Amino acid sequence: MTLHLSTDFGVWVAAALTLCVFSFLYRDNPFYRFAEHLFVGVSAGYYIVLSFWTVIVANLWDPLTAAFDGRHGAPLAVRLGDYRALLVLPALLGLLLFTRFVPRIGWLARWSLALIIGVYAGLKTTGFAQSDFVAQVHGSIQPLWTGHWGSSVSAVVFTVGVVSSLLFFYFSREHRGALGRASRLGVFFLMVSFGAGYGYTVMSRISLLIGRFQFLLFDWLGLR
Amino acid sequence: MSLATGFERLDRRWIFLITALLVLVPLLWPLNLPLTPSVPVQDYHRTIEALPPGSLVLVSCDFDPASRPELEPMARSTLLHLFRRKCRVVVVCLFQGGARFVDGLVEDVARSRHLTYGVDYANLGYKAGDEAVMVLMGQSVVNTFPRDQAGRDAAGLPIMRGVRNYSSFALLVSLSAGYPGTKEYVQQVQGRFHIPIIAGVTAVTAPTLYPYLQTGQLQGLLGGMAGAAEYEDLRYERGMASRGMDAQSLAHVFIALCIVLGNVAYWENRRRAPR
Repeated sequence: MTLHLSTDFGVWVAAALTLCVFSFLYRDNPFYRFAEHLFVGVSAGYYIVLSFWTVIVANLWDPLTAAFDGRHGAPLAVRLGDYRALLVLPALLGLLLFTRFVPRIGWLARWSLALIIGVYAGLKTTGFAQSDFVAQVHGSIQPLWTGHWGSSVSAVVFTVGVVSSLLFFYFSREHRGALGRASRLGVFFLMVSFGAGYGYTVMSRISLLIGRFQFLLFDWLGLR
Repeated sequence: MSLATGFERLDRRWIFLITALLVLVPLLWPLNLPLTPSVPVQDYHRTIEALPPGSLVLVSCDFDPASRPELEPMARSTLLHLFRRKCRVVVVCLFQGGARFVDGLVEDVARSRHLTYGVDYANLGYKAGDEAVMVLMGQSVVNTFPRDQAGRDAAGLPIMRGVRNYSSFALLVSLSAGYPGTKEYVQQVQGRFHIPIIAGVTAVTAPTLYPYLQTGQLQGLLGGMAGAAEYEDLRYERGMASRGMDAQSLAHVFIALCIVLGNVAYWENRRRAPR
């Protein structure tokens, strides 16, 4: 195994900052705090610039200037399929959001917020109702005997798990007697689900560590 | 000193050091531990294998460099798989910080296969709006993404000729690191437009998507680095994910051991505590 140190300045900066962050594992220190503050500052600046160019310029300024450049006749004489001039309305609603800084007319921001909340609540509700409610209830109704022992046992365990977990969240009666036993069984199924979630989370975090080590070993040190 | 007190007094930095060594050593000297592809990964692979050559596939790369170790191997393998199946690929991105990173990745894979931009593949870049963008693509992809990542007129690209909405695509591949991502595609697109969806996601989000697999709303799923490595294994590749799996497995065994020891110490302490 030989060393081929990177000649890329950016790789050296990234490696140094990675080591600064790792140093926190020993104890809090000025190198870690420098890397942390730098990351927060650079991220904020980067995302502001990115938002300006990928949202305001791309979605508002460019289409509006194209609509008002005089080549399509009167700007607000909207042709079928070309509604770019109407972007004046969302632009206006966007500007209204800034009226929050002037308390006297701050109420105007509610118009924009009402539209945003209304659109997203509508989208979320219909999507959730179809995919997470109707489709899941439909998928949970299945035959307990499928003709094969393995899949039949799986179907029974699945059904018992669904029913007992649902009963655990039934709070209109005290969890005693049969309901208590069923909800306690539901807790076991929930624990299995939390365990799986925890295992996957560990895998995700270790993957990030592996990614950083791969960067240090192969991109920075160039070990081959 | 008993196990319980020893473990309780153990400086946590020893655990960090051992974890670091268990990750570092297999990266330098691979153990090549065996992998067995799980059913969701096999389904993911099978769905792409079943696509006829020339199929148009929409790949939504909704991640940024923060999820690189998990999602870059999936994205590379998936794009290579699609290109080898002679599918035409349209890439979109709903993560603001990911568009440039995804562009580099797509170009890198396409260059390795000597593909022509605009004919074999296109990258329509980033669009703000999350779920609204997903729904808008159901009306018109070109109106939602009038320009591609490089600012070219999307409607003028040969690959986009005849593309109207989701009905123009044979498959939607969602590679996602969170919101907006696979869950939102299932909620907003699968139910409304009935396009088959397969997904590659970070390990953190994978457990929340298993119910969609069971109902057939998702046709296949790659969960985290393990899912990516199993997929590479099915494709007889040894990519970034496979190379990281030895380290992943050793670290998991160590963490499981720490949990067991922690519990033993807890019970021993509880048993010794005066009642």
